[in-house]
Amino acid sequence: MNPPRPRPKLDSDNRAFWTGGADGNLNIMKCGDCGEYTHPPRQICRHCQSENMAPDAVAGTGEVDTYTINYQPWMPGLEVPFVIARVKLDGVPDVILTTNIVNCDVEDVDFGDKVKVTFEEQNGIWFPLFEKVA
Amino acid sequence: MGLANEAYITGVGQSEVGVRLTRSPMGLTKDAIMEAIADAGLTLDQIDGVASYPGKSHGYLGFSPVGVDDVIEQFGIKARWHFGGGEIPAQLSAIAEAANAVRTGQARHIICFRTVYEAAAMSRPEEFPALQRETVDGFSQWTAPFFAISAACWVAQYAQRQTKLYGMTREQLAQVALNATRNAYKNPRARAITKEPLTMEKYFSARMISSPFCLYDCDRFTDCSTVIIVSAGDALDEVSPNPVRIAASAGKVDRWSWDQPELMACYPTGEDLWKKTDYKPKDVDTVQFYDGFAFFPIGWLEALGFCEMGEGHKFIEGGTRIAIDGELPLNTGGGQIGAGRLHGFGFAHEAATQLRGKGGERQIPGDPKVAVATSGGGPLAAALLLARD
Repeated sequence: MNPPRPRPKLDSDNRAFWTGGADGNLNIMKCGDCGEYTHPPRQICRHCQSENMAPDAVAGTGEVDTYTINYQPWMPGLEVPFVIARVKLDGVPDVILTTNIVNCDVEDVDFGDKVKVTFEEQNGIWFPLFEKVA
Repeated sequence: MGLANEAYITGVGQSEVGVRLTRSPMGLTKDAIMEAIADAGLTLDQIDGVASYPGKSHGYLGFSPVGVDDVIEQFGIKARWHFGGGEIPAQLSAIAEAANAVRTGQARHIICFRTVYEAAAMSRPEEFPALQRETVDGFSQWTAPFFAISAACWVAQYAQRQTKLYGMTREQLAQVALNATRNAYKNPRARAITKEPLTMEKYFSARMISSPFCLYDCDRFTDCSTVIIVSAGDALDEVSPNPVRIAASAGKVDRWSWDQPELMACYPTGEDLWKKTDYKPKDVDTVQFYDGFAFFPIGWLEALGFCEMGEGHKFIEGGTRIAIDGELPLNTGGGQIGAGRLHGFGFAHEAATQLRGKGGERQIPGDPKVAVATSGGGPLAAALLLARD
């Protein structure tokens, strides 16, 4: 049994990202004026400085940009090995999520693998993990 | 004589380098300062500036137990200029800032220091309690919730890209650690960190940390203080001969994030360094590249134009090119993998040591005149070009 995941401190910037999974949504902050995404989330657009920002429920699919198989138990009880990956999101240019690729053998993950989000909930935080698309 | 409006390294110092030392952080800092000012031919009352990175780390003192304020107070320094902070490009940027200060007449002789106490602190948790937090915030909220707790996991993904896109093998990556421990074995200050040079067999028998990194691709917590004295060009008549000019510095970041950018900040920084000098990569006699993880020196080789993008692992293949008697000696004092996690300042210390011909058993042959020292990885990147001209 893994220890609890380190819990993000919720604030007005990140709340939609970390709680969107309750509605099945992967929320990325989007600018209502220039249409660009800002991640990590902010209430001011990093592209045009507009404050017309709102969380956008994106497709939740993407592909593995790069990954590592982690063998070191950084916390007591942490089950290893597991995959840490950077996922490029479909339809969300220039946004990368660090995440885990789950529900497959660690040796089965590769660059360019198509993946989709799957949420793991712990005490009101919905962690966006990814699994391979069959 | 020095050139006015230029900055020079005029002395270097280092305390004992150890693991779980009992001497206090300030004691180690004193040892390094006293060695450096003696090396420079200065006395404490001639020091009028102090700089450090990242300043005192009150949240976790092992990381940075001694602040600039502490040094001013402890050593009775009448500081006309001082600086200590973490929001600069990387560790060595503290030295670049000191260089700017002496170039603009704000001080004449500046103590630049970095004291680390991570191994001792972990062994004495009652005195140095570990950071206990209920939640994560800032950048770590985007990695820690996925158990990507260590920078090893973040950097491993950049290294893995080199593996997948450019064909880097573990045998090639291993050359960073093999070279580091071979050189560290000739560095008397590295005895506590490297007991014997690493072999390829031992490298491959080590446990994996985060692929492609095994244990020997990671530096280890160390207790030490490192000091660099930066002096003004018009103050060289006050110091010992054999100064090294800080010919240029760079620290360019396009996005401050460990996971959003395609490339680490060493790439824009390396390119920017050469825009600030007439020197070219071919003029460089030795390089001292940050190796908190073994992939960083490969990135710096590419970033600074010593080889093409995606070719860094081929450049170090077999290890002869980067050896002490090779065409571009790398991390001649052992780097952090071989000589301990001095956190950046060790690379400036070793570059100056080599250019001044004081490397002893590990001195590179010939008459080296130009060196590059770097620090940082991910969004952290600083480069210093040092020249004995």
